[in-house]
Amino acid sequence: MAERPKGWREIPIGGKILEAGNSVKYKTGDWRTFRPIHDPEKCINCMICWMMCPDSCILVGGSECPAKGKKGVSDNPKLGNFGGFDLEHCKGCGICAESCPVKAISMKEEKEIKE
Amino acid sequence: MTKKAKRAMTGAECSAEAMKQINPDVVAAYPITPQTPVMHTFSQFVADGAVETEFITVESEHSAMSACVGSAAAGARTMTATSANGLALMWEVVYIAASTRLPIVMNVVNRALSGPINIHCDHSDSMGCRDSGWIQLYSENGEEAYENTLMAVRIAEHKDVLLPVMVCQDGFITSHSVETVELLDDESAKAFVKEHEAVDPLLNVENPVTYGPLDLFDYYFEHKMQQVDAMEHSKRVIREIFDEFGTLTGKKYDFFEGEHLEDAERIILCTNSTAGTARVVVEELRAKGEKAGLVKMRVFRPFLNEEVVAKLKNAKAVAVLDRAASFGGYGGPIFMEVRSAFHEEKEKPVMINYIYGLGGREMDTTQIKTIFSELSAAANSAPGDLGSVIRYSGVRE
Repeated sequence: MAERPKGWREIPIGGKILEAGNSVKYKTGDWRTFRPIHDPEKCINCMICWMMCPDSCILVGGSECPAKGKKGVSDNPKLGNFGGFDLEHCKGCGICAESCPVKAISMKEEKEIKE
Repeated sequence: MTKKAKRAMTGAECSAEAMKQINPDVVAAYPITPQTPVMHTFSQFVADGAVETEFITVESEHSAMSACVGSAAAGARTMTATSANGLALMWEVVYIAASTRLPIVMNVVNRALSGPINIHCDHSDSMGCRDSGWIQLYSENGEEAYENTLMAVRIAEHKDVLLPVMVCQDGFITSHSVETVELLDDESAKAFVKEHEAVDPLLNVENPVTYGPLDLFDYYFEHKMQQVDAMEHSKRVIREIFDEFGTLTGKKYDFFEGEHLEDAERIILCTNSTAGTARVVVEELRAKGEKAGLVKMRVFRPFLNEEVVAKLKNAKAVAVLDRAASFGGYGGPIFMEVRSAFHEEKEKPVMINYIYGLGGREMDTTQIKTIFSELSAAANSAPGDLGSVIRYSGVRE
C-alpha cells in the first residue's frame, strides 16, 4: 500500500493477473473508516468476535496473548485466546463490536486515531 | 502466385467462406434472427464436417459474446457474427472483450437498430460500438468482407495489438446480393492466417492466470491507457497486414482508399456498399471531364487523421456520407472525425455532411449526382454562405 502503484507500461494488459495466489499481497485494510479497539479489562475471551468476523481478522493468540493474566484468558496452550486484529485486512464493519456480549470492542474513526 | 477462384456468392457467404478457411477453434452464435446467413452458411460447414470448429449455439447474443470471451480467454481462436439488435444485446460484453484484450473476430452485417422495427441496412449498429475498443473494418462488397475477415484474424492476434476486430458489410445490399468474387485457395488463406498462438491461456494449468478481476480506481485507468496504446500500435500493424495480404491478391489496401485524387476538386467520402454506387457516378463525371473523386473508408477504428487530411486537403469541397445519425451531435460519426481531423489545417476544403440511407432507404446514383452538384455550389459559395452543413439525402419532406 505504501509503495507507488505501478504505471500502465508496468502491468499486464487486460487486467490479467499472471501470478497465481498473489491476492495475499493485496492489503484491504485501507478501505476501513472505523477501527476496532479492544479493551482487555472487559474482554472475557469468549471468542464470539472471532466466530462472527466476516473477514477472519480476529487473530487467535496462544497462552502468551496480549491479554495474558486477565480474566477468562486461558493458560492452556491448546486453547485460543483473543490475539488482536489483523488491521491489514479489517474493513471496519463493526460486527465484532456489535456481537461482543460485554462491549469489550469499540469502534473509533481512523481519522481520530491518526490525529 | 496464389491461385484465385472466381465464384458467384453473396456477401454473407463470402464471410462464411473466410471463416471456413480460418477454421476457428470456437464459434459461438445466436442461431435465429437477427442472425444473418453468415452463421446459416457456416453452420452448414460445421454440419458437413468442412471445419473442425466447436460450434456453440447459445440462447442470446449476450451469451454469444460471453461464450466468445470465455473461449478466447481459454486460448481458442474465436469468431462470431451478428447484426443490428443482436449487436446491441451484446453491448456490455463487447466492451469486456476489448478491455480483456481478447482477439475475437466478429462479422457484423450492418443493419438498422429498432425502433421502429426495421431490419434493413444502415450503420447505426456498428457506429454505436465506435468507442467500445474494437477495431472496425468496413467492406464495400462480398470480396472485401472475405478479405477483411482473413486480415482481421492477423490484426487482432498480433502481439502488439491483441484487440477484437469487427468486419462490417452492408445488410442485404451486400450480405444477400450475389456478385462475382475472387477468393484465395484454402492453402494460401490458411498459410496467411497462420496457427493461433494463445496469449496467457486460461487452460494452461502449468501457468495459472486470472482474467477479469476487480480493477476500480487504482488500475482501471491504466488498463484503459493500454487500450489507447494498443490502438496506436494497430495503425502500424494494420498497414503491415494490408501490405502482406496485398502480395497475395495483387490489390492495394488502405485505411482510406482514394480514386482520382490527383486533381479531384469535389470528393465524396463514404464507406461500405455506397462506395460502389459513388464510383459509378465519379466515373460518369470523369468521362465528362469533371474533376470528381472518391475516398472509401476501410478502417474507422483506429481513425487515421493524417491520412484523411492527406487524401482530402487538395479538394475544394468534400461530402462526407454517414449512414448513421448521431442525434443531437454535429453531424454523423464519420463526419465528426473527418471535420475534426482538419482543425489544425490552415487550408481546408468546404465540408458537408450527408446523412442518408437510414433503415435501408435507397441511395442511388441520382442522389450521388445531386450531392456532387451541391458540392459545386458549395465550392463556389461565398464565406458564410454555405447553407446547411448537415444535410439529409433521401428523406421525404
